[in-house]
Amino acid sequence: MSLDRREFLAKGTMFLLLTGAASRAWAFIEQGRPQDAPDYDIALHWWAMYIDIEKCIGCGRCVDACKVENDVLPEAYYSRTWVERYIIPPIDPADPMAEILPIVDSPNAGRDGFPAVPAIAGAKSFFVPKLCNHCADSPCTQVCPVGATFRGPDGVVLIDKTWCVGCRYCIQACPYGCRYFDPRTNTADKCTLCYHRITKGLTTACCEVCPTQARVLGNLRNPDDPIHQLLKEHNVQVLKPNLATGAKVSYNGLDGAVR
Amino acid sequence: MPQRFRDAEHLVRLVLLMFVGVLLFLVIRTFFVPADFGEFGHFRAGTLQDIRNLPLHYASRGSCGEADCHEEEAAALASDTHAKVGCESCHGALAAHAADPKLAKAATVEANVLCARCHASLAARPKDFPQVEIETHREGEGECTECHDSHEPTS
Amino acid sequence: MHTLPGVEGFMYPNEMELQWSILIVIYPYLTGVVAGAFILASLQRVFNVKAVEPTYRLALLTALAFMLIAPLPLQLHLGHPERSLEMFLTPHTTSAMAMFGFVYLWYLLAVLLIEIWLEFRPYIVEQAQTASGVWRLFYRALTLGSYNLSPRALEIDHRVGRIVTVVGIPSAFLLHGYVGFIFGSVKANPWWSTPLMPVVFLFSAIVSGIAAVLLIYLVYCRLAKIPVDMPCLDTMAKYLYYAFLVDFSLEMLDLIHRIYVSDESFKSLDFMVHTRLYGSQVVGQIVLGTVLPIGLLGLTQLLSLSVRVRKRLYVAAGTLTMAGIFLMRWNVVIGGQLFSKSFLGYTTYKMGFATREGLLPALVVMALPLLVLSVLVRLLPPMEKQRPAPPV
Repeated sequence: MSLDRREFLAKGTMFLLLTGAASRAWAFIEQGRPQDAPDYDIALHWWAMYIDIEKCIGCGRCVDACKVENDVLPEAYYSRTWVERYIIPPIDPADPMAEILPIVDSPNAGRDGFPAVPAIAGAKSFFVPKLCNHCADSPCTQVCPVGATFRGPDGVVLIDKTWCVGCRYCIQACPYGCRYFDPRTNTADKCTLCYHRITKGLTTACCEVCPTQARVLGNLRNPDDPIHQLLKEHNVQVLKPNLATGAKVSYNGLDGAVR
Repeated sequence: MPQRFRDAEHLVRLVLLMFVGVLLFLVIRTFFVPADFGEFGHFRAGTLQDIRNLPLHYASRGSCGEADCHEEEAAALASDTHAKVGCESCHGALAAHAADPKLAKAATVEANVLCARCHASLAARPKDFPQVEIETHREGEGECTECHDSHEPTS
Repeated sequence: MHTLPGVEGFMYPNEMELQWSILIVIYPYLTGVVAGAFILASLQRVFNVKAVEPTYRLALLTALAFMLIAPLPLQLHLGHPERSLEMFLTPHTTSAMAMFGFVYLWYLLAVLLIEIWLEFRPYIVEQAQTASGVWRLFYRALTLGSYNLSPRALEIDHRVGRIVTVVGIPSAFLLHGYVGFIFGSVKANPWWSTPLMPVVFLFSAIVSGIAAVLLIYLVYCRLAKIPVDMPCLDTMAKYLYYAFLVDFSLEMLDLIHRIYVSDESFKSLDFMVHTRLYGSQVVGQIVLGTVLPIGLLGLTQLLSLSVRVRKRLYVAAGTLTMAGIFLMRWNVVIGGQLFSKSFLGYTTYKMGFATREGLLPALVVMALPLLVLSVLVRLLPPMEKQRPAPPV
């Protein structure tokens, strides 16, 4: 059988295309797809968190546990989670128009708890644990130029450290200050919602050690998850709602002064 | 070649050069972009598994009282006000210890510091949370554990 | 209280260190000169402003020199510069930074290089036949194998060049407007987030580009010992003046709007401008870098002054302008990171010296475009008035 040039080109191209397609399909199969791993079905999860300000005692165990669990550098400026203390002085009836600025501190990100401070008569004070809000319309993933940070199908915002170029645009774009630059990997880093734990049926490190259950992990896709009841029974807010980030960390008892 | 093409020949060559450049770019692309990029969204799908494979340092509450290990402490805890406090809240990360108790010892807890961490009186704490002024509590002397069993603190 | 030295009030823990350094100040500064120099060059080509013809080639070469060096501060800044190709391989289409990579590439390859090539082709062809040694090879490569300089070929070059310039003007607008958008679209940062940002960046780019070419032209004439074409210089100064008026108006509009609307971020930003940014913004950028040069240029526009006085004023105004536009970039980039998003605190920028993002590499990067330009003007002389007679 002899092939003329045109036939050869046609058959050759088809062969190459099919081989190329076949090899890509094989690589795809060999990759190992997370949702096929035992027990964890990515499609059944949409992760969120509920934080009760009225229960937080500012002990900082969450901050400590996160650092240990996720092997984070010890300094305060590498914080995946942290606790802030708000002290809001009262309105002075003699000068009610005066601007009241809250006094906020977070010594070592709250990891060692909080020292007692001189009391301000009539002041209101409370603790605010903060972490990545795993926003549904996350501004940080929107700006990533290369697709290194993303919102996964189960609602967790993650970073691919093998792909991140370290431009730090995402750190600038996060309104909550939850991202930082890890000098060991020269990439952006942040709370992963302990993805390595929650996909194994465990809870996040911070929720695990919270002594008062001020932090509760929730799966919004599960109709029996307690988070639905919590969200229904309490007046909840997210941080910076005016920015419409679709933040998935809901706070009970969040004072309007909290930024 | 017709005359008008001869006069624009250099432009034709330029366009050809650009075309070659684009082809080169597409070839480079197939080599450097991971095969699973874009499967679930604009990211490398394999990273989900990579992150899931990260090591655990904390175990979970409940894993301490099973397998004939710390049933006594777990039972005492469950019956008192510290029931909702996880073991690792005070004892630190214990996944390694749970996996091999002889290989990884649990860290000992410095009671006075740790008890004060939650129970020292702070204005910002919820009013209904048990707090004491550490300095004046029993004149600020002694160890917390002299009077309070850490697993059954109110008994 | 465990905070970093230099932190005042409360900042989120991760905000205490600045992420974008002086290198990210330099990058928009360099690309701004690119856009501005090109727009000056286009004045002659597209709008037939004959007066600036002597600087046409010099402006193009200035744009190229700055454009070749501009990616360098970015590469020095990236955590993984070896992965920077990813911006072209897997660009995220929602990211202004990713799309900007293509705008930059388009502008460099489809506009600037082609326009320079078409403009210098007669010289290139001549050198390919007469130069010696390795330079001959260099010019031969640039000819792409074509030595056709017939009147018809040159006519085609001229027409295609005109099309490229026409396309180039919106491309130049896009080039620097995009950089402004990279900042202006960050809703998390109230110092950056304004729709005016791309426009302000663009007009300050035009200002810096014209001022740069003006100064470079004077230096070039001095070094090449050729007389300065005063009508050209006067026209450049006139366009600089007009561009500056628009730029200043836009910046004042932004400021007045902020003061009037006075949203929740205003008090914190206002405090920052009056303390940490006072020197660089109020004194440096506004008074010395904008109002003063506008005043000096205005004098030359309104009064009839001698050539010597005009030249001195142009040099003074041009230098102040370049410093002022640099400070504008500084105040945007660094200023945007000095305050906390809690509006309750401030930090300071600690710049290293001999570190990867320190002052030393910054100074080197700033000097490099001029170095590259000095090489380019040797390879492609901008004042070469003669064109070779077409081969018969």
